[in-house]
Amino acid sequence: MTVAAPTPTGTSALAGERLATRWHVALAAVVSFIRRQPVGSIGMFLVLIFGLAGLFAGVISPYNPTANDFGAMIQAPSWAHWLGTDQLGRDVLSRILYGARTAYIVGITSATVGGFSGLVLGVGSAYFGGRIDLFLQRINDIVMSFPLIIMALAVVSIFGTGVHNVIAAITIPLIPRCQRVVRSSALAIREVPYVDAARALGFSHARIILRHMVPNVVAPFLIMLTSFVGQAILAEAALSYLGLGVQEPTPAWGLMLQGGAEEYATTAPWIAIFPGLAIMLTVFGINLFGDSLRDVLDPKLRER
Amino acid sequence: MHRYIINRILLVIPTLLGAAALVFALMRLIPGDICLVRLGSGGTSFTEQALQTCHAEIGIDKPWIVQFIQFIWGLVRFDFGISMWSGKPVVDEIASRFPVSLEVAVMATIIAVVLAIPLGTISALKQNSWIDLVVRTFSIAGIATPSFWLGIMSILLVLDVTQAISGHPWMPPIDYVSFWKDPIRNLSIVMLPALTVGYRYCAVSMRMTRSAMLEVLREDYIRTARAKGLVEKIIINRHALKNAMLPVVTVIGLEFAFLIGGLVVTEQVFNLNGIGRLMVLSVQNQDYTLTQALVMLVVAIAVLTNLLVDLLYAGLDPRIRLN
Repeated sequence: MTVAAPTPTGTSALAGERLATRWHVALAAVVSFIRRQPVGSIGMFLVLIFGLAGLFAGVISPYNPTANDFGAMIQAPSWAHWLGTDQLGRDVLSRILYGARTAYIVGITSATVGGFSGLVLGVGSAYFGGRIDLFLQRINDIVMSFPLIIMALAVVSIFGTGVHNVIAAITIPLIPRCQRVVRSSALAIREVPYVDAARALGFSHARIILRHMVPNVVAPFLIMLTSFVGQAILAEAALSYLGLGVQEPTPAWGLMLQGGAEEYATTAPWIAIFPGLAIMLTVFGINLFGDSLRDVLDPKLRER
Repeated sequence: MHRYIINRILLVIPTLLGAAALVFALMRLIPGDICLVRLGSGGTSFTEQALQTCHAEIGIDKPWIVQFIQFIWGLVRFDFGISMWSGKPVVDEIASRFPVSLEVAVMATIIAVVLAIPLGTISALKQNSWIDLVVRTFSIAGIATPSFWLGIMSILLVLDVTQAISGHPWMPPIDYVSFWKDPIRNLSIVMLPALTVGYRYCAVSMRMTRSAMLEVLREDYIRTARAKGLVEKIIINRHALKNAMLPVVTVIGLEFAFLIGGLVVTEQVFNLNGIGRLMVLSVQNQDYTLTQALVMLVVAIAVLTNLLVDLLYAGLDPRIRLN
């Protein structure tokens, strides 16, 4: 379908129609979600707003987020600087808009990589069972009980600071958390007769795992994935705040709360208030959305 | 039952060993040399001879495998050695920093449990009412708020409020004193950190209480209890809550274990000298012995909390014992 071979116009029109129907189905799903889950829609709206802000930060930012302006240091919110300026005269609003980009990149990448690794390991662990399961679960226990900060510190000390390493430091602890949940759902599915049937038919392990087991754990997995995005954004903020995450001059919300923000908190509270609000609203939106997603996807809750 | 308990306790050993191997390897993968830092800190030059003496003194000239065996052997005998950085026994270094972290964690737990269980239960009983909406919003906001930002904001608030009331701003004191020596001073140090950490903790447990309660209330035995004509209070307290508490206990245990190792940020905001900051410092100083001991302490707390929760679970829920 995706290969652009020189086909007769009839087929391509058909493909176009099919694509249009797909769009319609997706659109209808979104509309029905908004109608049934007004609270979740507010969450979705918040997530979209900050996402778009990050995406188009280059276009909509009133100032350069990294440019110091020593003529306009620590200015209270005004028409020129809507959210004020920090101790180096940088526009807080512009830094928040660019910070959204950093937060989303770290949040989405860590959540997806951590989530999918956990999905594969969790389903695999449940499917194979026995020694493989025992071994994987012990590794899980170790990573889960290991202090996050040491892991992050080690990653940063060995590989250096920067967005990629922050993502690595946040992703590693997410894997066992996802794995554990997925494994317990998958364990229940393994006992279901159709998995036995698939095995009796001689299907390969990969086929049974991917076609027969994974689709059945998608609901808890998707719910977890959304909450992971929020957790990863919070973790990035905390690491950057400690100086172990994203480094200056990259605009990041956690970084904006470090140093100057605390020093000038009493005289210039806007430097500390707005980045924190940005983190809170984004993660709040993600959680609201995730909760509604659970209501929609969980058949137990749907009955009522 | 006995077999389950013995199996569960034996599972602790590989986890502790694995964590020991992990921290041992991680520390040695970090580039740098503590002796270079120690000798060069005065800005003076030093000879190759001095560097080697220093290596031999703290025992990092031996092969890794020997060091690892010594480390594990030390753990078995509860001998954690001497801090490579300060030269003081590791136990003393940790003992002076541990009480404040533990107190914040315990107080946060108390705040969380006291608020979370009743509010979560009410929220479930009155599902989709305004009180449910308030509780849910409060708890989702709690999970979304970064604790260090909440800390900064709470300090700001205290400063502003005291400024308005007494005319001069008041800040919580920094130097830790034990509760038994000076309870008021102690609480004034620990209260704000415990509240900021406790908020998130409370939010997590509240959500768990609510969803566990909702699930239990739909069970057949609740319908049976109602059909028997039992008083609603007894149904809730004895039949529903007792069963709904199992996952809540798990969450509380997991969060507590997570808290001990995760206090770094809060300690940073409130300038507390706890083990979180000691951990960061010891990694940065490349103090192998101190970092290893701290990590083992945090891991041991996490592992033992999990063990306790699992055993409690087995004691409370006969279905687990039978499997």
